[in-house]
Amino acid sequence: MIAVIRYGVGNVKSVLCALRHLGREAILSSDPDEVESASGVILPGVGAFATAMQNLERDGLDSALCRINSADRPILGICLGLQLFFSESEEHGSYRGLGLLSGRVRRFPPGAKAPHMGWNQVRRQKPSALFDGIPDDSFFYFAHSYYAQPDDTESIIGVTDYEGSFASAVARESLFGVQFHPEKSGPWGLRMLANFCHLCE
Amino acid sequence: MLAKRIIPCLDVKNGRVVKGASFVSLRDAGDPVESAARYSEAGADELVFLDITATVEARATICDLVARVADEISIPFTVGGGIGATNHISDLLEAGADKVSINTAAVKNRQLITRSAQTFGCQCIVVAIDAKRADGSWLVSIESGRTPTDIDAIEWAHQVEGLGAGEILLTSIDADGHKTGYDLELTAKVSEAVRIPVIASGGAGTPQDIYNVLTAGKADAALAASIFHYGKFSIAEVKRYLAERSVQVRS
Repeated sequence: MIAVIRYGVGNVKSVLCALRHLGREAILSSDPDEVESASGVILPGVGAFATAMQNLERDGLDSALCRINSADRPILGICLGLQLFFSESEEHGSYRGLGLLSGRVRRFPPGAKAPHMGWNQVRRQKPSALFDGIPDDSFFYFAHSYYAQPDDTESIIGVTDYEGSFASAVARESLFGVQFHPEKSGPWGLRMLANFCHLCE
Repeated sequence: MLAKRIIPCLDVKNGRVVKGASFVSLRDAGDPVESAARYSEAGADELVFLDITATVEARATICDLVARVADEISIPFTVGGGIGATNHISDLLEAGADKVSINTAAVKNRQLITRSAQTFGCQCIVVAIDAKRADGSWLVSIESGRTPTDIDAIEWAHQVEGLGAGEILLTSIDADGHKTGYDLELTAKVSEAVRIPVIASGGAGTPQDIYNVLTAGKADAALAASIFHYGKFSIAEVKRYLAERSVQVRS
Protein backbone atom coordinates (compact mmCIF):
# COMPACT_ATOMS: atom_id res chain seq x y z
CA MET A 1 0.00 0.00 0.00
CA ILE A 2 1.30 3.41 -1.05
CA ALA A 3 0.27 6.47 0.94
CA VAL A 4 -0.12 9.70 -1.01
CA ILE A 5 0.14 12.56 1.45
CA ARG A 6 -2.73 15.02 1.41
CA TYR A 7 -1.77 18.32 3.01
CA GLY A 8 -3.98 20.88 1.37
CA VAL A 9 -1.85 21.82 -1.59
CA GLY A 10 -2.94 21.54 -5.19
CA ASN A 11 -3.99 18.65 -7.30
CA VAL A 12 -2.97 15.44 -5.53
CA LYS A 13 -5.79 13.46 -7.09
CA SER A 14 -3.84 12.93 -10.33
CA VAL A 15 -1.16 10.97 -8.47
CA LEU A 16 -3.81 8.70 -6.99
CA CYS A 17 -5.46 8.27 -10.41
CA ALA A 18 -2.12 7.33 -11.97
CA LEU A 19 -1.41 4.73 -9.25
CA ARG A 20 -4.87 3.23 -9.66
CA HIS A 21 -4.32 3.20 -13.41
CA LEU A 22 -1.25 1.05 -12.70
CA GLY A 23 -3.40 -1.25 -10.59
CA ARG A 24 -1.65 -0.24 -7.35
CA GLU A 25 -3.36 0.08 -4.06
CA ALA A 26 -3.02 3.62 -2.78
CA ILE A 27 -4.64 5.88 -0.24
CA LEU A 28 -4.77 9.61 0.26
CA SER A 29 -3.89 10.40 3.84
CA SER A 30 -2.96 13.20 6.18
CA ASP A 31 -2.73 10.92 9.22
CA PRO A 32 0.93 10.45 10.27
CA ASP A 33 0.27 6.95 11.68
CA GLU A 34 -1.42 5.80 8.52
CA VAL A 35 1.39 7.30 6.41
CA GLU A 36 4.04 5.60 8.57
CA SER A 37 2.40 2.21 8.20
CA ALA A 38 2.46 2.37 4.39
CA SER A 39 5.11 0.48 2.40
CA GLY A 40 5.99 3.65 0.51
CA VAL A 41 5.05 7.31 0.57
CA ILE A 42 4.50 9.88 -2.16
CA LEU A 43 4.71 13.57 -1.27
CA PRO A 44 3.09 15.42 -4.16
CA GLY A 45 2.20 19.08 -4.25
CA VAL A 46 2.11 22.31 -6.13
CA GLY A 47 1.85 25.79 -4.67
CA ALA A 48 3.70 27.76 -2.06
CA PHE A 49 6.62 26.29 -0.08
CA ALA A 50 5.92 28.08 3.23
CA THR A 51 2.23 27.11 3.35
CA ALA A 52 3.06 23.52 2.44
CA MET A 53 5.67 23.29 5.21
CA GLN A 54 3.25 24.81 7.75
CA ASN A 55 0.59 22.27 6.78
CA LEU A 56 3.02 19.36 7.14
CA GLU A 57 4.05 20.60 10.60
CA ARG A 58 0.44 21.22 11.65
CA ASP A 59 -0.46 17.61 10.90
CA GLY A 60 2.73 16.12 12.34
CA LEU A 61 3.67 14.84 8.91
CA ASP A 62 7.12 16.48 8.95
CA SER A 63 8.40 14.26 11.76
CA ALA A 64 6.63 11.22 10.26
CA LEU A 65 8.50 11.78 6.99
CA CYS A 66 11.82 12.09 8.85
CA ARG A 67 11.16 8.81 10.68
CA ILE A 68 10.16 7.04 7.44
CA ASN A 69 13.35 8.31 5.83
CA SER A 70 15.50 7.16 8.78
CA ALA A 71 13.87 3.74 8.54
CA ASP A 72 14.98 3.72 4.88
CA ARG A 73 11.47 3.23 3.56
CA PRO A 74 10.85 4.62 0.05
CA ILE A 75 9.63 8.21 -0.31
CA LEU A 76 8.99 9.95 -3.62
CA GLY A 77 8.70 13.73 -3.68
CA ILE A 78 7.04 15.27 -6.71
CA CYS A 79 7.52 18.94 -7.70
CA LEU A 80 7.00 20.93 -4.47
CA GLY A 81 7.36 17.57 -2.66
CA LEU A 82 10.96 17.33 -3.90
CA GLN A 83 11.63 20.94 -2.92
CA LEU A 84 10.37 20.31 0.63
CA PHE A 85 13.11 17.65 1.12
CA PHE A 86 15.75 20.40 1.18
CA SER A 87 17.03 22.48 4.08
CA GLU A 88 15.66 25.81 2.93
CA SER A 89 13.80 27.72 0.24
CA GLU A 90 14.09 31.29 -0.93
CA GLU A 91 10.46 31.35 -2.14
CA HIS A 92 8.99 34.66 -0.88
CA GLY A 93 11.62 34.99 1.88
CA SER A 94 13.65 32.29 3.55
CA TYR A 95 11.90 29.20 4.87
CA ARG A 96 13.13 26.01 6.47
CA GLY A 97 12.29 22.72 4.75
CA LEU A 98 12.33 19.11 5.96
CA GLY A 99 16.12 18.97 5.73
CA LEU A 100 16.20 15.39 4.45
CA LEU A 101 18.68 16.63 1.86
CA SER A 102 21.06 19.52 2.23
CA GLY A 103 20.64 22.37 -0.22
CA ARG A 104 18.53 25.34 -1.23
CA VAL A 105 15.46 25.91 -3.33
CA ARG A 106 16.03 28.86 -5.66
CA ARG A 107 14.09 30.84 -8.21
CA PHE A 108 15.02 30.90 -11.87
CA PRO A 109 17.10 34.05 -12.50
CA PRO A 110 15.37 37.38 -13.24
CA GLY A 111 14.63 37.62 -16.93
CA ALA A 112 14.06 33.89 -17.25
CA LYS A 113 10.64 32.83 -18.42
CA ALA A 114 8.85 31.38 -15.39
CA PRO A 115 7.04 29.11 -14.71
CA HIS A 116 9.18 26.61 -16.58
CA MET A 117 6.10 25.07 -18.13
CA GLY A 118 5.78 22.11 -20.45
CA TRP A 119 7.66 19.03 -21.59
CA ASN A 120 11.42 18.94 -21.16
CA GLN A 121 14.08 16.25 -21.24
CA VAL A 122 15.77 14.62 -18.28
CA ARG A 123 19.41 13.68 -18.83
CA ARG A 124 20.53 10.79 -16.66
CA GLN A 125 23.51 11.49 -14.39
CA LYS A 126 23.83 8.07 -12.81
CA PRO A 127 21.93 4.79 -12.78
CA SER A 128 18.81 4.67 -10.63
CA ALA A 129 16.04 2.11 -10.29
CA LEU A 130 13.58 4.99 -10.67
CA PHE A 131 14.52 5.23 -14.37
CA ASP A 132 14.42 1.48 -15.10
CA GLY A 133 13.26 0.89 -18.67
CA ILE A 134 12.98 4.63 -19.42
CA PRO A 135 15.17 5.89 -22.28
CA ASP A 136 17.69 8.62 -21.47
CA ASP A 137 16.56 12.14 -22.51
CA SER A 138 12.87 11.21 -22.28
CA PHE A 139 10.39 14.09 -21.97
CA PHE A 140 8.55 14.78 -18.72
CA TYR A 141 6.03 17.47 -17.82
CA PHE A 142 7.25 20.41 -15.70
CA ALA A 143 5.36 23.35 -14.13
CA HIS A 144 7.50 25.28 -11.62
CA SER A 145 9.27 28.57 -10.98
CA TYR A 146 11.70 27.30 -8.32
CA TYR A 147 14.25 24.50 -8.46
CA ALA A 148 16.42 22.66 -5.94
CA GLN A 149 20.17 23.10 -5.74
CA PRO A 150 21.55 20.13 -3.75
CA ASP A 151 24.82 20.63 -1.86
CA ASP A 152 25.71 17.02 -2.49
CA THR A 153 25.98 16.67 -6.27
CA GLU A 154 26.18 12.90 -5.76
CA SER A 155 22.43 12.95 -5.05
CA ILE A 156 21.64 14.26 -8.54
CA ILE A 157 20.40 11.45 -10.79
CA GLY A 158 18.94 13.60 -13.59
CA VAL A 159 19.36 17.12 -14.91
CA THR A 160 17.30 19.28 -17.24
CA ASP A 161 18.37 22.21 -19.40
CA TYR A 162 16.49 25.41 -18.72
CA GLU A 163 18.26 28.69 -18.09
CA GLY A 164 21.41 26.61 -17.74
CA SER A 165 20.73 23.24 -16.16
CA PHE A 166 19.17 22.19 -12.87
CA ALA A 167 18.71 19.01 -10.83
CA SER A 168 15.41 17.55 -12.03
CA ALA A 169 15.76 14.18 -10.27
CA VAL A 170 17.54 13.38 -7.02
CA ALA A 171 18.01 10.25 -4.93
CA ARG A 172 19.72 9.19 -1.75
CA GLU A 173 19.16 5.65 -0.58
CA SER A 174 15.37 5.23 -0.52
CA LEU A 175 14.60 8.93 -0.88
CA PHE A 176 13.65 10.02 -4.40
CA GLY A 177 12.57 13.37 -5.72
CA VAL A 178 11.56 14.60 -9.15
CA GLN A 179 10.85 18.18 -10.15
CA PHE A 180 8.56 17.10 -12.99
CA HIS A 181 5.15 15.44 -12.71
CA PRO A 182 5.39 11.72 -13.55
CA GLU A 183 1.61 11.46 -13.08
CA LYS A 184 1.19 13.91 -15.95
CA SER A 185 4.01 12.68 -18.15
CA GLY A 186 2.32 10.03 -20.29
CA PRO A 187 3.69 6.47 -20.57
CA TRP A 188 7.22 7.22 -19.29
CA GLY A 189 5.83 8.98 -16.26
CA LEU A 190 3.59 6.02 -15.49
CA ARG A 191 6.60 3.74 -15.92
CA MET A 192 8.48 5.81 -13.34
CA LEU A 193 5.62 5.53 -10.84
CA ALA A 194 5.51 1.78 -11.48
CA ASN A 195 9.27 1.65 -10.79
CA PHE A 196 8.74 3.47 -7.51
CA CYS A 197 5.91 1.11 -6.52
CA HIS A 198 8.22 -1.80 -7.27
CA LEU A 199 10.80 -0.34 -4.86
CA CYS A 200 8.11 -0.23 -2.18
CA GLU A 201 7.31 -3.93 -2.39
CA MET B 1 15.37 21.50 -24.26
CA LEU B 2 11.86 22.70 -23.47
CA ALA B 3 9.53 21.52 -26.23
CA LYS B 4 6.93 23.67 -27.95
CA ARG B 5 3.48 22.35 -27.04
CA ILE B 6 0.62 21.33 -29.31
CA ILE B 7 -2.71 21.67 -27.54
CA PRO B 8 -6.03 20.53 -29.00
CA CYS B 9 -9.05 22.40 -27.65
CA LEU B 10 -12.41 20.73 -27.09
CA ASP B 11 -15.61 22.72 -26.73
CA VAL B 12 -17.94 21.14 -24.21
CA LYS B 13 -21.63 21.78 -23.67
CA ASN B 14 -23.69 20.03 -20.99
CA GLY B 15 -20.81 17.62 -20.44
CA ARG B 16 -20.60 16.62 -24.11
CA VAL B 17 -18.02 17.55 -26.73
CA VAL B 18 -19.76 19.72 -29.31
CA LYS B 19 -16.72 20.71 -31.34
CA GLY B 20 -14.23 17.99 -30.82
CA ALA B 21 -12.39 15.03 -32.16
CA SER B 22 -13.52 13.28 -35.29
CA PHE B 23 -11.43 10.15 -34.93
CA VAL B 24 -13.10 7.67 -37.21
CA SER B 25 -12.80 4.93 -34.64
CA LEU B 26 -14.55 6.78 -31.84
CA ARG B 27 -17.62 4.99 -30.61
CA ASP B 28 -19.03 8.20 -29.23
CA ALA B 29 -17.56 11.40 -30.62
CA GLY B 30 -19.40 13.40 -27.99
CA ASP B 31 -17.78 11.66 -25.06
CA PRO B 32 -15.11 13.98 -23.62
CA VAL B 33 -13.30 11.13 -21.91
CA GLU B 34 -12.94 9.11 -25.07
CA SER B 35 -11.86 12.15 -27.11
CA ALA B 36 -9.32 13.12 -24.46
CA ALA B 37 -7.87 9.63 -24.34
CA ARG B 38 -7.49 9.57 -28.13
CA TYR B 39 -5.77 12.94 -28.23
CA SER B 40 -3.48 11.86 -25.45
CA GLU B 41 -2.55 8.69 -27.37
CA ALA B 42 -2.10 10.69 -30.55
CA GLY B 43 0.65 12.77 -28.93
CA ALA B 44 -1.14 15.89 -27.68
CA ASP B 45 1.02 17.66 -25.10
CA GLU B 46 -1.93 19.09 -23.16
CA LEU B 47 -5.65 19.51 -23.62
CA VAL B 48 -7.98 22.44 -23.08
CA PHE B 49 -11.66 21.97 -22.33
CA LEU B 50 -13.75 25.02 -22.94
CA ASP B 51 -17.15 24.81 -21.27
CA ILE B 52 -19.67 26.73 -23.33
CA THR B 53 -22.69 25.67 -21.28
CA ALA B 54 -24.63 28.71 -20.15
CA THR B 55 -26.70 27.28 -17.34
CA VAL B 56 -26.39 27.21 -13.57
CA GLU B 57 -26.18 23.42 -13.58
CA ALA B 58 -23.01 23.71 -15.65
CA ARG B 59 -20.69 23.67 -12.68
CA ALA B 60 -21.54 20.22 -11.34
CA THR B 61 -21.51 18.77 -14.86
CA ILE B 62 -18.07 20.14 -15.69
CA CYS B 63 -16.63 18.94 -12.35
CA ASP B 64 -17.94 15.46 -13.04
CA LEU B 65 -16.41 15.58 -16.52
CA VAL B 66 -13.07 16.75 -15.11
CA ALA B 67 -13.01 13.88 -12.64
CA ARG B 68 -13.70 11.33 -15.37
CA VAL B 69 -11.03 12.81 -17.66
CA ALA B 70 -8.48 12.88 -14.82
CA ASP B 71 -9.13 9.19 -14.18
CA GLU B 72 -8.35 8.37 -17.77
CA ILE B 73 -5.48 10.48 -19.10
CA SER B 74 -1.96 11.15 -17.86
CA ILE B 75 -1.21 14.45 -19.60
CA PRO B 76 -2.10 17.88 -18.22
CA PHE B 77 -5.38 19.58 -19.01
CA THR B 78 -6.90 23.01 -18.53
CA VAL B 79 -10.55 23.85 -18.00
CA GLY B 80 -12.06 27.20 -18.94
CA GLY B 81 -15.42 28.84 -19.48
CA GLY B 82 -17.50 30.79 -17.01
CA ILE B 83 -15.07 30.55 -14.09
CA GLY B 84 -15.72 33.46 -11.76
CA ALA B 85 -14.76 32.60 -8.19
CA THR B 86 -12.01 30.92 -6.20
CA ASN B 87 -14.34 28.20 -4.89
CA HIS B 88 -15.17 27.26 -8.47
CA ILE B 89 -11.44 27.04 -9.21
CA SER B 90 -10.88 24.95 -6.13
CA ASP B 91 -13.69 22.54 -7.16
CA LEU B 92 -12.15 22.06 -10.60
CA LEU B 93 -8.62 21.53 -9.27
CA GLU B 94 -9.90 19.11 -6.63
CA ALA B 95 -11.75 17.21 -9.35
CA GLY B 96 -8.41 16.73 -11.13
CA ALA B 97 -7.89 19.67 -13.50
CA ASP B 98 -4.27 20.85 -13.68
CA LYS B 99 -5.04 24.43 -14.63
CA VAL B 100 -8.01 26.70 -14.98
CA SER B 101 -8.43 29.44 -17.52
CA ILE B 102 -10.08 32.70 -16.47
CA ASN B 103 -11.24 35.28 -18.97
CA THR B 104 -14.15 37.67 -18.32
CA ALA B 105 -13.93 37.36 -14.53
CA ALA B 106 -10.25 38.34 -14.63
CA VAL B 107 -11.13 41.57 -16.42
CA LYS B 108 -14.03 42.37 -14.12
CA ASN B 109 -12.22 41.41 -10.93
CA ARG B 110 -8.45 41.60 -11.18
CA GLN B 111 -8.04 40.46 -7.58
CA LEU B 112 -9.36 37.06 -8.63
CA ILE B 113 -6.07 36.46 -10.48
CA THR B 114 -3.92 37.40 -7.52
CA ARG B 115 -6.01 35.61 -4.95
CA SER B 116 -6.23 32.38 -6.90
CA ALA B 117 -2.51 32.45 -7.80
CA GLN B 118 -1.65 32.86 -4.13
CA THR B 119 -4.02 30.10 -3.07
CA PHE B 120 -3.38 27.52 -5.77
CA GLY B 121 -0.01 28.51 -7.23
CA CYS B 122 0.51 30.61 -10.34
CA GLN B 123 1.28 27.54 -12.46
CA CYS B 124 -2.40 26.57 -12.51
CA ILE B 125 -3.82 30.02 -13.28
CA VAL B 126 -4.13 30.69 -16.99
CA VAL B 127 -5.56 34.04 -18.04
CA ALA B 128 -7.33 33.87 -21.39
CA ILE B 129 -7.22 37.05 -23.45
CA ASP B 130 -9.49 37.51 -26.46
CA ALA B 131 -8.05 40.29 -28.57
CA LYS B 132 -9.52 42.17 -31.52
CA ARG B 133 -7.68 44.48 -33.91
CA ALA B 134 -8.57 48.16 -33.71
CA ASP B 135 -6.60 50.84 -35.54
CA GLY B 136 -3.11 49.45 -35.20
CA SER B 137 -3.61 48.02 -31.74
CA TRP B 138 -5.60 45.21 -30.17
CA LEU B 139 -8.40 45.60 -27.65
CA VAL B 140 -9.62 42.99 -25.18
CA SER B 141 -13.11 41.55 -25.67
CA ILE B 142 -14.98 39.70 -22.93
CA GLU B 143 -18.02 37.45 -22.64
CA SER B 144 -16.90 35.07 -25.40
CA GLY B 145 -15.88 37.97 -27.60
CA ARG B 146 -19.33 39.57 -27.56
CA THR B 147 -18.44 42.57 -25.41
CA PRO B 148 -15.65 44.91 -26.49
CA THR B 149 -13.63 46.83 -23.89
CA ASP B 150 -11.14 49.67 -24.23
CA ILE B 151 -8.37 47.65 -22.59
CA ASP B 152 -5.21 47.35 -24.66
CA ALA B 153 -4.48 43.63 -25.05
CA ILE B 154 -0.70 43.91 -24.79
CA GLU B 155 -0.92 46.14 -21.74
CA TRP B 156 -3.43 43.71 -20.21
CA ALA B 157 -1.08 40.78 -20.83
CA HIS B 158 1.64 42.65 -18.99
CA GLN B 159 -0.74 43.41 -16.13
CA VAL B 160 -2.00 39.86 -15.66
CA GLU B 161 1.60 38.69 -15.39
CA GLY B 162 2.09 41.16 -12.54
CA LEU B 163 -1.16 40.05 -10.91
CA GLY B 164 0.13 36.48 -10.73
CA ALA B 165 -1.02 34.63 -13.86
CA GLY B 166 1.20 31.68 -14.74
CA GLU B 167 0.33 31.54 -18.40
CA ILE B 168 -1.58 33.45 -21.09
CA LEU B 169 -3.98 31.88 -23.54
CA LEU B 170 -4.15 34.45 -26.31
CA THR B 171 -6.90 34.25 -28.92
CA SER B 172 -7.15 36.50 -31.93
CA ILE B 173 -10.85 37.07 -32.52
CA ASP B 174 -10.11 38.27 -36.06
CA ALA B 175 -8.23 35.10 -36.99
CA ASP B 176 -10.36 32.63 -35.04
CA GLY B 177 -12.30 30.23 -37.24
CA HIS B 178 -10.77 31.41 -40.52
CA LYS B 179 -8.02 28.77 -40.76
CA THR B 180 -5.74 31.26 -42.52
CA GLY B 181 -3.08 31.44 -39.82
CA TYR B 182 -2.63 32.92 -36.35
CA ASP B 183 -2.25 36.66 -35.80
CA LEU B 184 1.55 36.55 -35.72
CA GLU B 185 2.01 40.23 -34.97
CA LEU B 186 -0.29 40.15 -31.94
CA THR B 187 1.24 36.91 -30.64
CA ALA B 188 4.81 38.19 -31.01
CA LYS B 189 3.95 41.47 -29.28
CA VAL B 190 2.33 39.73 -26.32
CA SER B 191 5.15 37.15 -26.09
CA GLU B 192 7.70 39.96 -25.99
CA ALA B 193 5.73 41.89 -23.37
CA VAL B 194 5.72 39.09 -20.75
CA ARG B 195 8.03 36.53 -19.15
CA ILE B 196 5.35 33.87 -18.68
CA PRO B 197 4.44 31.28 -21.32
CA VAL B 198 2.01 32.28 -24.09
CA ILE B 199 -0.34 29.83 -25.78
CA ALA B 200 -1.44 31.12 -29.19
CA SER B 201 -4.96 30.46 -30.36
CA GLY B 202 -7.18 31.22 -33.32
CA GLY B 203 -6.54 30.67 -36.99
CA ALA B 204 -4.64 27.38 -37.37
CA GLY B 205 -5.37 25.80 -40.74
CA THR B 206 -2.11 24.05 -41.65
CA PRO B 207 1.07 22.77 -39.96
CA GLN B 208 2.81 25.78 -41.44
CA ASP B 209 0.51 28.12 -39.50
CA ILE B 210 1.53 26.36 -36.32
CA TYR B 211 5.20 26.55 -37.31
CA ASN B 212 4.85 30.27 -37.97
CA VAL B 213 3.25 31.08 -34.61
CA LEU B 214 5.88 29.08 -32.70
CA THR B 215 8.76 30.81 -34.53
CA ALA B 216 7.84 34.29 -35.88
CA GLY B 217 4.98 34.54 -33.35
CA LYS B 218 7.32 33.53 -30.48
CA ALA B 219 4.57 31.49 -28.81
CA ASP B 220 5.42 28.70 -26.38
CA ALA B 221 2.46 26.59 -27.38
CA ALA B 222 -0.12 26.42 -30.14
CA LEU B 223 -3.76 25.69 -29.46
CA ALA B 224 -5.85 24.40 -32.31
CA ALA B 225 -9.33 23.03 -32.76
CA SER B 226 -10.69 22.32 -36.22
CA ILE B 227 -7.35 21.38 -37.81
CA PHE B 228 -7.35 18.31 -35.57
CA HIS B 229 -11.05 17.75 -35.02
CA TYR B 230 -11.90 17.21 -38.64
CA GLY B 231 -8.93 14.95 -39.19
CA LYS B 232 -7.30 17.25 -41.74
CA PHE B 233 -3.91 16.85 -40.08
CA SER B 234 -2.88 14.59 -37.24
CA ILE B 235 -0.86 15.77 -34.26
CA ALA B 236 1.94 13.46 -35.43
CA GLU B 237 1.97 15.14 -38.86
CA VAL B 238 2.18 18.59 -37.27
CA LYS B 239 4.97 17.48 -34.95
CA ARG B 240 6.91 15.89 -37.81
CA TYR B 241 6.58 19.11 -39.82
CA LEU B 242 7.91 21.10 -36.86
CA ALA B 243 10.74 18.69 -36.07
CA GLU B 244 11.91 18.73 -39.70
CA ARG B 245 12.23 22.50 -39.35
CA SER B 246 14.23 22.29 -36.10
CA VAL B 247 11.40 23.20 -33.75
CA GLN B 248 11.80 21.13 -30.57
CA VAL B 249 8.74 18.98 -29.96
CA ARG B 250 8.06 16.05 -27.67
CA SER B 251 8.40 12.88 -29.68
